[in-house]
Amino acid sequence: MKSILPVLTIIGAILLLWVLAVIPMNMHLTADQAQRDGLVVSPDTPNARQEYSGFGLTLRNPALITATFVQERPRLPSPHQVAVEMWNTIVLQKISSKRSLVYHGWVTLSATLLGFGIGTSLGILLAVGIVYNRAMDMSVMPWAIASQTIPILALAPMIIVMLGSIGIQGLFPKAIISAYLSFFPVVVGMVKGLRSPDGMQLDLLRTYHASPSQGFWKLRLPASVPYLFASLKIGISASLVGAIVAELPTGARAGFGARMLVGDQYGQPLVTWAALFAAAITAAALVGLFSLLERLTLRRMGMVQA
Amino acid sequence: MSQQTIIHAQGLDLTFQTNDGPVHALKDVSLEINKGDFVSFIGPSGCGKTTFLRCMAGLETPTAGQLTVNGMTPEDARRARAYGYVFQAAGLYPWRTIGGNVKLPLEIMGFSKAEQAERVARVLELVDLAGFEKKFPWQLSGGMQQRASIARALAFDADILLMDEPFGALDEIVRDHLNEQLLQLWARTEKTIGFVTHSIPEAVYLSTKIVVMSPRPGRITDVIESPLPKERPLDIRDSAEFIEIAHRVRDGLRAGHDE
Repeated sequence: MKSILPVLTIIGAILLLWVLAVIPMNMHLTADQAQRDGLVVSPDTPNARQEYSGFGLTLRNPALITATFVQERPRLPSPHQVAVEMWNTIVLQKISSKRSLVYHGWVTLSATLLGFGIGTSLGILLAVGIVYNRAMDMSVMPWAIASQTIPILALAPMIIVMLGSIGIQGLFPKAIISAYLSFFPVVVGMVKGLRSPDGMQLDLLRTYHASPSQGFWKLRLPASVPYLFASLKIGISASLVGAIVAELPTGARAGFGARMLVGDQYGQPLVTWAALFAAAITAAALVGLFSLLERLTLRRMGMVQA
Repeated sequence: MSQQTIIHAQGLDLTFQTNDGPVHALKDVSLEINKGDFVSFIGPSGCGKTTFLRCMAGLETPTAGQLTVNGMTPEDARRARAYGYVFQAAGLYPWRTIGGNVKLPLEIMGFSKAEQAERVARVLELVDLAGFEKKFPWQLSGGMQQRASIARALAFDADILLMDEPFGALDEIVRDHLNEQLLQLWARTEKTIGFVTHSIPEAVYLSTKIVVMSPRPGRITDVIESPLPKERPLDIRDSAEFIEIAHRVRDGLRAGHDE
């Protein structure tokens, strides 16, 4: 409870900055609109106004400040506009409606979860291979690292188009991109986790004449669990980003990415912003869920002091 | 008591190849350990005492010489699960309870569930940890954790207990207490114990045989058969006999250093 004040302070500061930024950002189009509505604006031609910065124009037209917060197509929407748009598209729409953000969220989330499942499984398998096989250690890791240096924005359309040409469409290609982004943290974390038992613990198993598979199930795997959870939290948010990015360049009709694109192309910034915030909230919720799972699991395993 | 030889080492050499050239960890080491002996290995760092213990356990392989454990090679003895090994750190698995940790070797060796439970209860009793079975390691003090690790080494009834500075990380008071307990345990179980230590009083107090070693190359400089009785209260450390043995150990250590 002690941390609630600092948290609220930071949120308040961000909101304040945001609100203050709305005024100069939207001042030019507010002034244009006000002039069309017959109000007196200074200076009185759009070209002359272009000479002024947002701040300068605000100083000359303080009466227009309130109007900057209620523009229909603002350059920067104000917080309450985003909140209203989210309320309208999340709560007031039927979930099955194409205008419902819940519907679009589920489209993205299902690809995210499928991709995350694929990526995590692949990551764990690769990590086990890397730890137990020297050839894999030498050969797989450089490729895994190289794979993450390619901008996903460049790769996503290629993968979608290639899979599309062999008849695979819809959920699966997006999941592949999600998996592509999420397998890497899992590989890195699991390799570190599986290698975390020290020489003494490995020697101890040798004195019992334990088999390699006993060493894996009884020592290496449980020892890697805390590392796995750290990776899963990075992986799940990377998966969501992957699914959204996969929706952007391909003209997808549904999903957070599609909403962002639609808002952009049809000049509806509120749609874009609402989708952005919904995606951020979804990511936060997923990471929070895994944090909770982590706490419960580690407590159950006795690895944190309850 | 029969004088059956358990461990027999003859002319052991072990050379590690390192980036700075070969390191002679052991040179011409010969020793016999009889059944029921409590043998301490004492010497400065780098004298090869731990290496020698690891050779007995089959964790290192000598480059020359002969070493048999129960008449077998250390490797075979390890397969036959001839010894329990206690390391300097307790090394308990944090995700297992104390009982679960003691059970680990039993699971690996394929004891039945009923036998596992029975043995866990018995060895925890033996190290005075009855009632702590369901606790996790972080809930125990360092000394209790080390006792749990001794219980783990005792669980599968190996004849030989090899201990590599098991109390090195503990404070002196806890250490005295554990030394006393270890002697009682040894008297009750009649195991053969190999014990690596830095501490002269610890070596003299515990052992029937003290092996003094010196470094570069690691070798044995003196083997002292202790005349102290098997029954040893802590205040035996003030007796003239005890002090005399301690002197001899110290002399042996110094001699090894001057050469």
